[in-house]
Amino acid sequence: MTEEVVTLTKKDFESGEEARWCPGCGDYSILTAVQMLLPELDVKPENMVFISGIGCAARFPYYMRTYGVHGIHGRAPAIATGVALARPDLNVWVIGGDGDMLSIGGNHLIHALRRNVNLKIMMFNNQIYGLTKGQYSPTSEIGKVTKSTPFGSIDYPFNPLSVALGAEATFVARTHDMDRKHMQATFKRMHEHKGAAFVEVFQNCNVFNDGAFDGILKRDVRGDMLIQLTHGEPIRFGSEGQLGVAVNEFGEPRVVEVSAVGVEGLLVHDEHRADPTLAFALSRLANSPTMPTPVGVFRDVQRPIYEVEVQAQLAATLERNGPGDLAKIIASGATWTVE
Amino acid sequence: MTIDTPVDPNRDARTETLDRVVIRFAGDSGDGMQLVGDRFTELSAAFGNDLATLPNYPAEIRAPAGTIAGVSSFQVHISDHDIVTPGDAPNVLIAMNPAALIANLNDMVPGTTLIINSDSFEQRDLDKAGLTTNPLEGNSLAAFNVYTVPMTSITVGATKDLGVKPRDAERSKNFFALGLLCWMYTRPVKPVLDWIEKQFAAKPLILAANTAAFKAGRNFGETAELFDHPYEVRPAALRPGNYRNVVGNSATVYGLVAAAQSAKLPLVYASYPITPASDILHDLSKLKNFGIKTLQAEDEIAAAAIAIGAAFAGSLAITGTSGPGLDLKSEAIALAISLELPFVIVDVQRGGPSTGLPTKTEQADLMLAMYGRHGESPLPIVAAYTPSQCFDAAFEACRLAIKYRTPVMLLTDGYLANGAEPWLIPDLDALPDISVEFATEPNHGDEFWPYLRDPETLARPWAIPGTPKLMHRIGGIEKSGIGLDGADGSGSISYSPENHEAMVELRARKIANIANDIPLTMLDDETGDAEVLVLGWGSTWGSITAGLRRIRARNLKVAHAHLTHLNPFPKDLGDVLRRYDKILVPEMNLGQLSRLVRAEYLVDAQSYTKVQGVPFRAVEIETKILEMLG
Ligand code: SF4
Repeated sequence: MTEEVVTLTKKDFESGEEARWCPGCGDYSILTAVQMLLPELDVKPENMVFISGIGCAARFPYYMRTYGVHGIHGRAPAIATGVALARPDLNVWVIGGDGDMLSIGGNHLIHALRRNVNLKIMMFNNQIYGLTKGQYSPTSEIGKVTKSTPFGSIDYPFNPLSVALGAEATFVARTHDMDRKHMQATFKRMHEHKGAAFVEVFQNCNVFNDGAFDGILKRDVRGDMLIQLTHGEPIRFGSEGQLGVAVNEFGEPRVVEVSAVGVEGLLVHDEHRADPTLAFALSRLANSPTMPTPVGVFRDVQRPIYEVEVQAQLAATLERNGPGDLAKIIASGATWTVE
Repeated sequence: MTIDTPVDPNRDARTETLDRVVIRFAGDSGDGMQLVGDRFTELSAAFGNDLATLPNYPAEIRAPAGTIAGVSSFQVHISDHDIVTPGDAPNVLIAMNPAALIANLNDMVPGTTLIINSDSFEQRDLDKAGLTTNPLEGNSLAAFNVYTVPMTSITVGATKDLGVKPRDAERSKNFFALGLLCWMYTRPVKPVLDWIEKQFAAKPLILAANTAAFKAGRNFGETAELFDHPYEVRPAALRPGNYRNVVGNSATVYGLVAAAQSAKLPLVYASYPITPASDILHDLSKLKNFGIKTLQAEDEIAAAAIAIGAAFAGSLAITGTSGPGLDLKSEAIALAISLELPFVIVDVQRGGPSTGLPTKTEQADLMLAMYGRHGESPLPIVAAYTPSQCFDAAFEACRLAIKYRTPVMLLTDGYLANGAEPWLIPDLDALPDISVEFATEPNHGDEFWPYLRDPETLARPWAIPGTPKLMHRIGGIEKSGIGLDGADGSGSISYSPENHEAMVELRARKIANIANDIPLTMLDDETGDAEVLVLGWGSTWGSITAGLRRIRARNLKVAHAHLTHLNPFPKDLGDVLRRYDKILVPEMNLGQLSRLVRAEYLVDAQSYTKVQGVPFRAVEIETKILEMLG
């Protein structure tokens, strides 16, 4: 029997539900990037599951013609873990914002990454609470004035990639909503990774935090402010390629003038290093979107996948003991008969 | 029915036959009292006695040694006839140290036999127990039948040639106590020796020491002439069939597994360690060759959320917890109510609020199960009433969850979870078929509406990922989900006021309708004309039943209704309640069921409560009923 070859298009991944984000929101371009990418990946819509928590980003599953659950605040990585545990054959993508994933759901995020559940976790970072109308988030910068911080925030922010790397994530990447090609290339890599993948997407909330990433994403500054990481290549950027990243005497990566160290003095990016130290250091090259900021894949390593290991234990026990027999187990201890 | 016990040729001719006996082993939590209590129970079960047990231990793994706070005890009631409680007051107390003696003395009636380890009554032992005088001196124990036995020194003596370190030798004294009790109550010896052999196979010295201690205990009984003769309690004439001994948490596990097998669904159990529910996680984790997946989650919330994900993906999804964990799971349970997915939450109730009494029993989570979520969020509640009946209750909770696509709360408690009783092993093939059919085809033209309901059960279709053409999104936001008589079942987001009200009513109706699918009230009214009805739920069944037997033995009439389903109630419950002049509702809380039935049926249900972390005594129920009978 031959299976009919169906070519899918973007339309096949559109649910038809009207998207309800604010006009101009960065979420639209991420949605389009994903819907355009999926036909290129070898996945059937029925084998895709989008899981989300609560927040603007979390509305995402409603717009996808796939299986989906719009869950509760922060718990998307846990709900998704349940789906993947039950059905390791599915492609499970998790969508959330910075508040959802790093504040109320921080615990679930780090444990999903640590376990290396085969989840594709996309965190849309807009450094603000949008759906609740503009409070500071765990990624908002110190001093940020919002409705809940009228005198400026005094909460030190998380660096999402550092958190993910610290939580033993096997795939960590960053992209942004202004560059569809870059998003698609990054999401494709995320999809291809076997195990938990974490992607931070810089996303503009044009209503409550407009232009938060202008300092690095505006077309005229991007060249000097975005550092594209490419595996096996020296880390070099700048409109003229005049800048690069080199390691200082303490082993810390720093931005340098290429002319000062020579190309051979630049750090060569290696996504596959088992030790996350360098990836972590790169994640801390910029601590706010006002400094040259690396994008692309920081880390991509292999580790056993949680639900695959679960399945393997079941199979090994089945092999060793044969199929479970409940009646036998119930009667396995001391029993007696009353005539 | 009579039971023929083969006559043991070695039987001591002076053996006196008792119809029942209640024994309490008490010592420091490091003394291994739970272990010897379990052994004595298993022996008696295999011997054919009816039995009920009440373990009672501190929350701390090692409370300061020798203190009152560190006392651990295990009560077992064995009999030659059908019994329903661990017994009101022990006939025999084994006290391994002064703290164990003092902490338990209040429960002893005059005449009780006290067997005391006299080696642990040095000044420092008395100090640790906070005693200024030695209770073995003077006449404070004059009302009791006291035997002092130097258990530690005899144990050390019996093991001294084995090469065991003195400290380890001392630790075998619990087996000495077990050996002595086995002689006193003519228990078979071989199963204990076999068990020691198996259990300590990896530690030959400890094996040898425990064996020697056990034998020394037996021999002491036989030769010391301290006790004039042994006793026996004959096997009980239970219903014919094959029996084993079971604790509630194990029965719950078997019930869940049986339900998954009958439903032909893979079982996923996600849970966070919490006393007294952890054993459910431990036991299910062993059953990998059943295809059962267990996950120890990062927290209670995750455990519930993981289960919901597994349910969406087509598994029989279960989480287990106790009170504090149930608080945390509330939001996820409400999500499952909105998603309308099958999901079973096992709450092994313990004393609250907050950390409360982690190792003690209580039934104060009824209102939490009933109302402990925001919004109008009803769900079915099933409650187990004896340790072995946890099997049926767990199966029933799964049946309702699967059939009605709803979270179901299964309430057990610490007493049921750890308490043991003989269990007539069920015929698994006779269990009902609760299998489910997943949706396979679009149900609205070529679309799939996830909330297009079955007009009878009001359940929505269960379409699992991987099924072509049925891709759908569900979520916690209010939705167009009436899905009956041509109404929208698309599940699309809807904030319409009318739709919300209709959805709230529909979710309530779906659960209320389950009353047509559960048994009528379980009623025990021998003559049908009793004046007083005792209404109970959960683990008070044993105490109420024992109390009723005492009342009936006085030729007085009293009826007993016991609820296995607390939401919805059996549909005849109102009629049953109105038939009686007086209604008594004993509960281990401050009157939660009594409030529910008063509100629902406008009946004068009198609450009778006990919140001490231990079950009611039969005599307490008896006294209360006598009071009501006037
Ligand atoms: S509030 Fe901000 S993040 Fe939310 S939809 Fe509007 S623009 Fe987008």
